[in-house]
Amino acid sequence: MDKKKFSCHKISEGVAEAEAIISKDDIMFYLIEPETGKIIEPAHDIEGKSMAKKTLIFPSGKGSSVVQADGLYQLNQRGNAPKAMIIQYPETVLVSSAIIMEIPMVDKVDPEFYEVVKDGDLVRVDADNGIVEILN
Amino acid sequence: MILTQEQQDMLDGKYGEGTAFAMKIQVAIGESFDAKRMVPITRAHVALSNQEADLWFAEKLLKAGAKCRIAPTVNPGFCLSFFKNKSMVSKEDADLMQRTHNAYKGLGAVLSYNCTPYIDTNVPNYGEVIAFSESSATPYVNSVWGARSNREGANSALCAAITGYVPEYGLLFDENRKGNILVEVKADMKTPYDYHLLGMLGKKIGNGIPVFTGLPKHISKESLRNLGAQLNTSGAYGMFHIVGFTPEAPTIDAAFGGVKPDRKVVITNDDLTEILDEISLKGNRNIDFAMFGCPHFTLEEVKYIAEKIKGKKLKKEMWILTSSHVKEMAVRMGFDDIILESGGFIVPDTCPDQPCWSHLKGKVGITESPKCAYYPQRRGIHFVIRDLETCINAALTGEVK
Repeated sequence: MDKKKFSCHKISEGVAEAEAIISKDDIMFYLIEPETGKIIEPAHDIEGKSMAKKTLIFPSGKGSSVVQADGLYQLNQRGNAPKAMIIQYPETVLVSSAIIMEIPMVDKVDPEFYEVVKDGDLVRVDADNGIVEILN
Repeated sequence: MILTQEQQDMLDGKYGEGTAFAMKIQVAIGESFDAKRMVPITRAHVALSNQEADLWFAEKLLKAGAKCRIAPTVNPGFCLSFFKNKSMVSKEDADLMQRTHNAYKGLGAVLSYNCTPYIDTNVPNYGEVIAFSESSATPYVNSVWGARSNREGANSALCAAITGYVPEYGLLFDENRKGNILVEVKADMKTPYDYHLLGMLGKKIGNGIPVFTGLPKHISKESLRNLGAQLNTSGAYGMFHIVGFTPEAPTIDAAFGGVKPDRKVVITNDDLTEILDEISLKGNRNIDFAMFGCPHFTLEEVKYIAEKIKGKKLKKEMWILTSSHVKEMAVRMGFDDIILESGGFIVPDTCPDQPCWSHLKGKVGITESPKCAYYPQRRGIHFVIRDLETCINAALTGEVK
C-alpha cells in the first residue's frame, strides 16, 4: 500500500510512531485512568477506550487550567501517556502541557488526512519536520 | 520569534537557570502560535493545584533558582490548619500541601489560595495585558474587565510570572477578541445557578467566542463567575461577550466586529433541563453531604446560606468553600457562628478536588456547581446538582426530591 504523507505544523517537538485513536470530542486528561489510559468521562466519544501509547487524534483540549498537565503527568509516570498528539484547535493549556511533558504534538494537518485516517492505523508524527505519515 | 536583548539574555541563562527554563517553555508556546514577540505583563494568577505535576514543576523552577518578577496570586490547595485540626488529612497529604506552600512561597507568589481573584484580590484594569490561568478567571478578566489574557495553563502562567512576559498571540490582539457564535438565550435566567447550566452547554455552543443575547439587564458577579467556570468545564473558552453588558460588546455589531457570526445557537429551558439530566446523579435519594464554593463563594452567598439555616440543624455535613478574607468577614459579621451552630463549616483556602476530602469517597453529595461535581469524580465522589435553595433544603432534611 502507498505510504501517505501529510504536512502539519509543529506545536511540541519530537518524533513518534503509534497506532491511531480518534476522538470526535475534546479531551480532558484528568478523567483518564492513569493505570490504563482509559477514558472514564461519561458520555465521551471514546469513553472506555484506552489512549495509552497511541497517536491520539482529537479536536482540542478542555477543562480547567491545571488538570491537563496533571492528567498527562500521571499517565506519563506510568508509561501510559499518548505517544503523539494531533489536534485541530490549539489552546494554551493543552499546548503548554504537551511541551512540559515533552509529548510531540502537531496541528494544521492537511485536511485530506482526516478523510483517510482510521482507528488502528499506524501513524508517525514528525513534529520537527512538520510531517504526519500513515504507515500501514 | 524575535526577542529583545533582555529576553534573549533570560533564555541564555544570564538571569539564572530557572528563568531560562521558564523562557524556553514560553518561546515554545509562542512559536506554536506563530507569535512574533514577547510583551510585558503587569499581573498574573497561577492555578496552583497541589497536585503532583504542579509540585513537580514548581519545585523544579525553585531548585533552578527562579523567582517571580510579577508576584502572582494563586489558587487553593487545601487549608492545612483547618484540616489538620480536624484530623482529616494523612501525614502524606499534609506534607504534599506543605511542600506546595513552601515552593510557591520560595518562588515569591502571593499566597492567596483563592480561585476568584478577579472579584477581589487581583482585579485588572481595562486593556491590561496579563497572564491568568484558572478556568473561571480567564473568561472573567477578558470578558467582564476587558483585560487581555490568553487561556493560560497553570504552568504557562507561572512561567509568565517568572519572566514578566508573555508571547503575543490570540486574545492579546483586537481582531481575535471578536465573537463568532451568536447565542440567543431564551431560557429563564433568574439565579446564578442558571448560569452554571448555561455554561455547561459548551458542546452545543461549539468552539470559539460566544456572544450572548437575551440575558437580563443586570447580571451578578456570581452569575458571571459561574458562566465562565462552566464554559471551561464543558469546553475551552478564553472569553465571551454579553451584548449591552460587557465592555467590548456595546452593540451586537461591535461584538462580532461587523462580521456575520459563523454559527447561531438558541438556548431554551429544555436545553438547561437536558444538560442537568446528563451531568447530575438522579434525584429522589438521600444525600450524605452538601458542598458549595466551586469557584469560591462570595460573602453575599455565605450570608444567603446563613440566613436560610439560622437557628436550624443540618441533617448532613455542609462545606462552604471561600477565600480566607471572605471567611474572616463571615467571622466578623457573625455568619460563621450561625453556620457552625447549624452544623456546617466555612472552609477557607480550599478546593473540592483535593485529598483533604478523602472521607467523602463513595459518598453522594449535593452541590449547585457542575464544576464541583465534575472533577472529584476521579476521587470516587459523586454529586446531585440542584439550585442552591434545593441544596440547602437537602442538607437540612438529608434528602433531595
